[in-house]
Amino acid sequence: MPSIQNYNSDQYGEAPLLELRHLQVEFPTRKGLLRALDDVSFSIMRGETLGVVGESGAGKSLTGAAIIGLLEPPGRIAGGEIWLEGRRIDSHSPEAMRKLRGKEIAAIFQDPLTSLNPLFTVGRQLTDTIQTHLSLTYSQSRQRAVELLARTGIPAPELRIDHYPHQFSGGMRQRVVIALALAADPKLIVADEPTTALDVSIQAQIIRLLKQVSRDLGTSIMLITHDMGVIAETADRVAVMYAGRVAEIGAVDAMIHRPKHPYTKGLMASIPSIRAHRDRLAQIEGAMPRLDVIPKGCAFNPRCAARFSRCLIERPELQDAGESRAACWALSQ
Amino acid sequence: MMPAVYSASTPLAQSGGETLVQVKQASKHFDVSEPWLNRLIERKPRRFLHAVDQVSFEIKKGETFGLVGESGCGKSTVARLLVGLYDCSGGEVRFEGYPIQDIDRIKESDTTSLRRKIQMIFQDPYASLNPRWTVGQIVAEPLKVHRMLESRSAILERVALLLGQVGLAASDAARYPHQFSGGQRQRISIARALASEPEFLVCDEPTSALDVSVQAQVLNLMKDLQKQRGLTYLFISHNLAVVRHVSDRVGVMYLGRLVEVAPNDVLFEKALHPYTRMLLDAIPDLERTGKDRTPVAGEVPNPLAPPSGCAFHPRCPKAKARCQRERPALTMVDETRQVACFAISDPDFDKRDAR
Repeated sequence: MPSIQNYNSDQYGEAPLLELRHLQVEFPTRKGLLRALDDVSFSIMRGETLGVVGESGAGKSLTGAAIIGLLEPPGRIAGGEIWLEGRRIDSHSPEAMRKLRGKEIAAIFQDPLTSLNPLFTVGRQLTDTIQTHLSLTYSQSRQRAVELLARTGIPAPELRIDHYPHQFSGGMRQRVVIALALAADPKLIVADEPTTALDVSIQAQIIRLLKQVSRDLGTSIMLITHDMGVIAETADRVAVMYAGRVAEIGAVDAMIHRPKHPYTKGLMASIPSIRAHRDRLAQIEGAMPRLDVIPKGCAFNPRCAARFSRCLIERPELQDAGESRAACWALSQ
Repeated sequence: MMPAVYSASTPLAQSGGETLVQVKQASKHFDVSEPWLNRLIERKPRRFLHAVDQVSFEIKKGETFGLVGESGCGKSTVARLLVGLYDCSGGEVRFEGYPIQDIDRIKESDTTSLRRKIQMIFQDPYASLNPRWTVGQIVAEPLKVHRMLESRSAILERVALLLGQVGLAASDAARYPHQFSGGQRQRISIARALASEPEFLVCDEPTSALDVSVQAQVLNLMKDLQKQRGLTYLFISHNLAVVRHVSDRVGVMYLGRLVEVAPNDVLFEKALHPYTRMLLDAIPDLERTGKDRTPVAGEVPNPLAPPSGCAFHPRCPKAKARCQRERPALTMVDETRQVACFAISDPDFDKRDAR
């Protein structure tokens, strides 16, 4: 198991499972090129859960889509590299990506009903996926499908395997989606808002299931969500994204209690707490810039109380900030 | 049928403050039966969805009453009953003592009716603003409908004032909703709601579609406006942390019924009803990094076929035989709070037979 504390994996000598190096994603439009992801770099270790948070439009889901090779055209990777277990995968052909997807990297999306085919039983969808990626006979793959349903906590899996998606409740459907993601023993699961469409009591069950999967099977998880509470309970490390860039990345506890980047600080203070009663929430004035008007220098500078002349001109890189790495000039003074 | 239990009204009303909204045993049933011919041929019975089932509570002037619950528990139906968008199937809703369905007919002056005092803010600021109207037209609409201002220049002046109060510029009146971000659009909704100078705002998940930093801005704005104008809020959300932040008193709903009503701090620190405790325990929390816990099993039952007795009994750790047979009424357990649970209200509960 990799250490949960490490924020900079390289220094531990172990090679990361997934590594993003200076990833750039662009969308050509009539009005010009929009850079949706700009110089995104991070890595995920084996068995580790990396939480990716940020407001809508920050580029969290796009990062996930780029990794699994499902960028919506005309979006394209314009620069940088994606490495999985020492192999570069961003240059793979769509055909090679299709073989990789499901086998080595699986995905879970927000709405379980749209990720399942309503016309096939869940058993059919599971055995299809298993037989595509593993060389098993039909009865072996059906056996595996039952095991997967049982593992994801679906009662009476022998019976449920022949049911259609509409016969499952929302929480059970998301369990089926997780079973589907686990079908070929992937090394990495990209989970994009897996609990957002669910009620809190069901959300707690799904979070627990994801943690169990990660612990029992050693699967790495990239958990994309806007809910800091979910991240706090599930992730080992957190990356905070802002305007297509990583603002800060570090161990979950440090990020929540001792954030260094002004944006992370503002974000944490603006979350209402269930434990303590505050009269007023801290608020960050303004809103995240649109992609076509990202300010020069640090993208956060118009909303930042700590900005100074350098922030308006030069773009900060991620740098050591004690317990985390943050992209902020104020920290290097 | 349950006997009517009105224990809600008396002690709470005495604890100070004038009651603005009274909900007495209000129910809303929706007819979800098959078409007539199918019922005849396939012998299917009529079916009703009890979206809201005998709910009673009161909201006092100037307070914020929070309503929480999981999806499908009837929160939004209560909101619609309170503004009169739905008529009650049973029971009644009263505003300032008048039945809500008469609110359009009760005149407070020659031109305006009592209706102007109630406004609503919706969850989706994208869907609740007409994309073909300018912001100025949208905010001016209530002023025109209620004939509060006649001259064009007075309306323009008022619109500019309202936009200023919600943190937008007067010049924004000429722009269209699509030119604004989600948070700004919700500010436009608030300006529109405030235009008729209401006393009571029903807010149905007003910040659920917003990002946290923007949510903080909108929640702070709503609190400021409440202080300035003495507004009364019904605040509905599935997010317990948000409800805790804004509310004075909180009601918890489960499958169309109120299971617990208590002052904010009491509810969040010493919740009594097993469902409330389960909800509070299920929320992911910033303080619980890396910790494990045991979530409650099971899911919300089908509201078309709710369990007998107490609707929560199949998931409840304390449930006994009585909970399956009888439905607990919302009863006062001390000065400030009401709970619908035999385990709390029945002193001999522990001595009874287990299921």
